[in-house]
Amino acid sequence: MEKKILFLQGNEACVEGALYAGLDFFAGYPITPSTEIAEQMSFRLPKIGGKFIQMEDEISSVCAIIGASLAGHKVMTATSGPGFSLMQEALGYAIMTEIPCVIVNVQRGGPSTGLPTSVSQGDVNQARWGTHGDHAIIALTASNHQDVFLMTVEAFNLAETYRTPVILLFDEVVAHMRERLVVPEKDEVSLVHRLRTSVKEGVDYHPYLPREDGRLPMSDFGGVHRYNVTGLFHDMWGFPSSNPGVVQGLLRHLMDKINNNTNRINRFKKYDLDDAEVVLISYGSSARSALHVVQNRRPRGERLGLLELQTLWPFPFDVVRDVCRNARFVLVVEMNMGQALQSVKLAVDEPGKVFLANRIDGSFITPTDIRNVLRVIQGKGV
Amino acid sequence: MPVKDYIRERFFPHLWCPGCGHGIVLNALIRAIEKLGLSKNEIAMVSGIGCSSRISGYVDFHTLHTIHGRALAFATGLKLGLPSLNVIVPMGDGDALAIGGNHFIHAARRNIEMTAIIMNNRIYGMTGGQYSPLSGYGTMATTAPFSNIDHDFDVVDLSIAAGATFVARTTTFHVHQLIDILQQAILHEGFSVVEVLSQCPTYFGRKNKMGSAADMMTHYKDQTTPIGSKAKKENPALIERGVFVQKEMPEYCKEYDKIIERAMGRSESTPIS
Repeated sequence: MEKKILFLQGNEACVEGALYAGLDFFAGYPITPSTEIAEQMSFRLPKIGGKFIQMEDEISSVCAIIGASLAGHKVMTATSGPGFSLMQEALGYAIMTEIPCVIVNVQRGGPSTGLPTSVSQGDVNQARWGTHGDHAIIALTASNHQDVFLMTVEAFNLAETYRTPVILLFDEVVAHMRERLVVPEKDEVSLVHRLRTSVKEGVDYHPYLPREDGRLPMSDFGGVHRYNVTGLFHDMWGFPSSNPGVVQGLLRHLMDKINNNTNRINRFKKYDLDDAEVVLISYGSSARSALHVVQNRRPRGERLGLLELQTLWPFPFDVVRDVCRNARFVLVVEMNMGQALQSVKLAVDEPGKVFLANRIDGSFITPTDIRNVLRVIQGKGV
Repeated sequence: MPVKDYIRERFFPHLWCPGCGHGIVLNALIRAIEKLGLSKNEIAMVSGIGCSSRISGYVDFHTLHTIHGRALAFATGLKLGLPSLNVIVPMGDGDALAIGGNHFIHAARRNIEMTAIIMNNRIYGMTGGQYSPLSGYGTMATTAPFSNIDHDFDVVDLSIAAGATFVARTTTFHVHQLIDILQQAILHEGFSVVEVLSQCPTYFGRKNKMGSAADMMTHYKDQTTPIGSKAKKENPALIERGVFVQKEMPEYCKEYDKIIERAMGRSESTPIS
């Protein structure tokens, strides 16, 4: 059977991935550069019996998908920086209540209204720490449409596996660029479906009592198990509790279920790293320029390699430390003031050898931009 | 079914102060549901933050205690996701109409079937007595120590203007009317709003020298009147009680089902218009 090949925007590739993953409820609010996702969803979802709703703002959008997730749906919303800022409180609610959902943030220039139609990767650390309080988070990204599709599917899989919100951090270039997508056939990419409780009617169901493997089976609202969901610290019944043991037990559970599985959650790609003297680390659309530099300089004898991150959070400290061990220089390529750079410096044994090649002016970072920084680092002059 | 079968006894004692009106609303709500003969599995209660919002913890339904002001947004997703649920959204006046005001008018505009109960005590009780959008000009609060210069608005007028298709008001004194109105609101196929004047003797009452809880309820008795009564004509300052609006309009979830039919009936080649 011939594969279905599409030529489309990254935002549309995200829609394809979400539908492949089983998305059947979307709520959103228009914002550049993510709007195409909502537009496509309004057209595609009712065709498969799914639901789309345009809410009155981004706050209500994320609240609506959390509500729909409790009704048993696979859910998503999509936004950009200003909307993502508005979503932070409800994001924390979904973390605390362990309700699976996917939030797409197509990054644009910030702070504030910033550069609505220009590229940026300035929300990396917001994705990690945007909502208040200690918490763990999963955030994925991608540099091309095939990976946008796959990471979107992964986002749904991880949301269901760990009962947590998952953030997809795309950027304006990937979102609006058009390129090829080969749509995987049914069952070609594995899907994680909602784990529902096997506890029968009339038997006590504990919504917040993890199984031995750490997973928490759910029960849909409207089903035979009635329970309480609250953003307050709560016990295994979902009842509010300020008992110190309950509080720290829950907080540790929320952190551990993600941080202890960092190696399972990590997705990355390695290019020419085995003998690399200079290790480039990048992600999203920046990684395309970084890869171009590696592939362009290798034939000239320069030992360059690239680590492309696809999981930004939890940050793959071990992987980064490992690939940078024998490097003379590490060059982080990103379109912000050095957000992933901070984590890379924490990861490596010698932070002094880590440098930044960036652009922060709304322009896409080019291979030339990266080479110019490389020349300085390598002592070849400006 | 006895009333106790609708509550979660392990959640008690409740956190409301002695004399608080919210317990009367809880009691009336359970009696309304009992009279309607609804099964507990088909009811979801979604609430926000505040004294009133704790009501969701005390009842044995599917209960979602969310974040401040956003209960109707969560409820909208839940209802559209599972339209067979009876969704009840108890809110305080600050929760529903200050931080949640935008969600309130838009839920009303959509006419999505759910019952919004606004337990109006004219104060932020849980945080200790700050003025709310419904406190009114000239009232006293911990954040209005020299008297409040904010004007309030009328919940009923606002709801009607926003498009709610069932709008009613009563008080914790008129508990039989409250039970009756709640029954009608829950049965209503569309967005229903029930404003309940509910006394807060601890903060609003104390700050404004309203006397005891019983005094405040007597005040509700004296200062309210049935809609269009002779008393209202003689004394326009009286607050009207009763059902102000009850009309049929297309309901959001049912309309969306039609969208699904339309989308599914369309051929694949039809371009996106």
